[in-house]
Amino acid sequence: MNAGRVVRSVWPPIVFGVAFLGLWELAVVVFDWKPYFLPKPSSIWSAFVDNVSSIHSAAAYSGGNALVGLVVGTVLGVAMSFLLMRFRLLNDMISPLAVGLNAIPIIVMVAVFNIMFAITSVTPRRLMVTLVVYFIVLINVAKGLRQVEPTHMELLRSFAATPSQVLRKARVPNAVPYLFTALKIAAPVAVITAFVAEYFGGAQDGLGQRITSNLASSRNAVAWAYVLGACVLGLAFYLVSSVLEGITNKKRGIVPGGGTR
Amino acid sequence: MIGSDGDRAVDDRAVEAVAVEVEAAGRVFNAGTSRQVDALVDVDLVVGPGEFVSLIGPSGCGKSTLLRLVANLIEPTTGTVRVNGKSAAEARLAQDYGMAFQQAGLFEWRSVAKNVELPLELKGWDKAQRRQRAMEMLELVRLADFAEHRPWQLSGGMQQRVAIARALASHPSLLLMDEPFGALDEMTREHMQAELLRICGAARTSVVFVTHSIPEAVYLSDRVVVMSPRPGRITHVIDIGLGTERDTDTREDPAFYTKVTEVREALRGFQVDDVADAVREVVDG
Amino acid sequence: MTRKVAYFLLALILVAGAWELYKVVGPPEGGEVLGWKLLPRANDVAMPHVWTMAERLADPESRTAERDNWQVVLEGAWYSFRLALAGFALGATVGIALASVMARFGVVRRGLLPYLIASQTVPLIALAPLVVSWSGRVEIAGWEWPKWLSVAVLGAFLAFFPVAVGTLRGLESASATSLELMRSFAATGGQTMRKLRFPAAVPFIIPALKLAAAASVVGVVVAEISTAQRGGVGRLVLEYARQATGDPAKVYGALLGAAGVGLAMAGLVTLIDRMVMRDRPHLDELAR
Repeated sequence: MNAGRVVRSVWPPIVFGVAFLGLWELAVVVFDWKPYFLPKPSSIWSAFVDNVSSIHSAAAYSGGNALVGLVVGTVLGVAMSFLLMRFRLLNDMISPLAVGLNAIPIIVMVAVFNIMFAITSVTPRRLMVTLVVYFIVLINVAKGLRQVEPTHMELLRSFAATPSQVLRKARVPNAVPYLFTALKIAAPVAVITAFVAEYFGGAQDGLGQRITSNLASSRNAVAWAYVLGACVLGLAFYLVSSVLEGITNKKRGIVPGGGTR
Repeated sequence: MIGSDGDRAVDDRAVEAVAVEVEAAGRVFNAGTSRQVDALVDVDLVVGPGEFVSLIGPSGCGKSTLLRLVANLIEPTTGTVRVNGKSAAEARLAQDYGMAFQQAGLFEWRSVAKNVELPLELKGWDKAQRRQRAMEMLELVRLADFAEHRPWQLSGGMQQRVAIARALASHPSLLLMDEPFGALDEMTREHMQAELLRICGAARTSVVFVTHSIPEAVYLSDRVVVMSPRPGRITHVIDIGLGTERDTDTREDPAFYTKVTEVREALRGFQVDDVADAVREVVDG
Repeated sequence: MTRKVAYFLLALILVAGAWELYKVVGPPEGGEVLGWKLLPRANDVAMPHVWTMAERLADPESRTAERDNWQVVLEGAWYSFRLALAGFALGATVGIALASVMARFGVVRRGLLPYLIASQTVPLIALAPLVVSWSGRVEIAGWEWPKWLSVAVLGAFLAFFPVAVGTLRGLESASATSLELMRSFAATGGQTMRKLRFPAAVPFIIPALKLAAAASVVGVVVAEISTAQRGGVGRLVLEYARQATGDPAKVYGALLGAAGVGLAMAGLVTLIDRMVMRDRPHLDELAR
């Protein structure tokens, strides 16, 4: 029965989660762990509840930066992928660069962005997110535009289709699932990037700084509550992009290929 | 030693037991739910030593399920399965049979020779013995020159030959095959059929062979077992009787065509309309 | 291969060219586009010339220092590299071990997999300051938790998840035919694991290791930055960035160092890839 299967796949994670939290709570009490090491889950929760509005505004700030970068990066990435499709030479130059950049912690460039723009500006963080999202979207959408079924290509060729018709009728539809896969990867990465960018100094309104400042004033449970807030934000971005992906997939009735980071 | 050709002379290996004995076997999937499938119902089958038996039938007739019951890859819900006088499970643990599937299933990270060595490795043979037996089997399937090649360097037909070499590596007396030539083109297929008869004839191996192809079943077998679906069961057993010397000329022999027709008719038999049956009954009185 | 490297260098040169071009035409104090401060400052302090960056590496680190800048950066990069390597090794080992347990026990798999997937969507790096704060304050039987260990543990933490997910997928990738084959050979569970599942998982583990290497570098560098950990290249980036008004080109040397750590780790995984996948087609070569 269907209900049986749903239950079967839902109870293990719940049990593991509850057991983990329970053991944690117990361990803190039994081993008398100081809060600066690990606070109790219950104290984290109460700190979360107590500070919900500040957590919310900090999350909105970081999330806002992430969202801006996500949108801009996606638009630029898609636009660039069309260019790469059109000009093969550009493609050959960009792809080694993209692969090389994957290995490097480009997040450190925020330090430089802070210098190039005023450190009080919000641009360095948004620029960083844009950059990271741009490459993810670019690689995946370019793949989608390029890797059309050979059978489809042969068919269109037999219809004497022009390159722009091929683009519209075959490549773009093929690339749409790749775009949504890219978004599913890029959305949480955008949150993480926006978050990490705050460690480089600058405006104090984001989640990252709240964590360090609460830590500095030894309010560990509150710091952990902000960590929880950051996790919720990341999950929210992921879920929204998953839902979007699900909607488009349902309309097309197909499953996309795997995405690349 | 090996019996003389032309006749079905008895092999003096321990064959007092028949190779395979299936009695009133049944297999049901998802019993008690709305998705219950009676894959096999009340099946009886006996395969004698050195005999080549094909299972043929449309999708869902249970031929693959029956093969897997003999291989002890699944258990029967009713009835018994005995292989070489033992239970199917004992036979599997004793490695009394070799198996080949539609995909050759060679491990891409092993050389051809090491793929053939796999069952021997699992049984704990030492390195030198394994290598010797593997080369022997590769000689048998005429691929000794490719011992150090990788599977993806070989064609589909060659990969299946390696799979057969692997299935026979521990010299089992029984070979179980599930549409092993299904993914090959027609010409390779006919060539492989001849090779298979040569290899199995030399070792007097019993074979249970599942196929979709009527000419293939007739060409290879001593007997063809025709099955039908819903529920899966045996409807006909046809003796082929074309002798043990079969070659390319056999396919053009009128007797071959007769047998192919007989099998085809048997397969179509259960598609006859109930209405037509009733009409005939009335007409014939 | 050389073609790819040539194109990579060409792309870098183009970027450098674009940089200099912007310096020529761009507004010295930065500018606005549609009300947003989108244009960086083109003056020599905010955007030093590319050749100045190169020169700066050769000069002494500071007026009082004995060593040249590039030596300091190299030392910092080496420090961070070792931490990233330790984190990577630890994370990968734990990841593979956990994936094996998950492949073996369906309950564990169903229980942990949602968390593994969720972990890749949340900023785990948020824990960086917390873990680093353990240094100097946590004691286990008299042994004090050193700061560098926090940094390495963070690298391990970030590296662990991609490896666990990738290894699990790989272990479960064995075809039904192969599994039936092993069963027909009366192979034990352990034999099937060693002779079928693990070798079949390798083409999946390798790309996961590439992700893990990059993740551990990010983890280490960011941990160093968020906690001003001495000795590593992250600290150098932070320090030199603070000195940028007086010494604008120095920070770019540190960035190069950070990039070097990333490339070194990537090179290491490529080496592992070459060694292990010598005779086998890669995953992306199999599809299509």
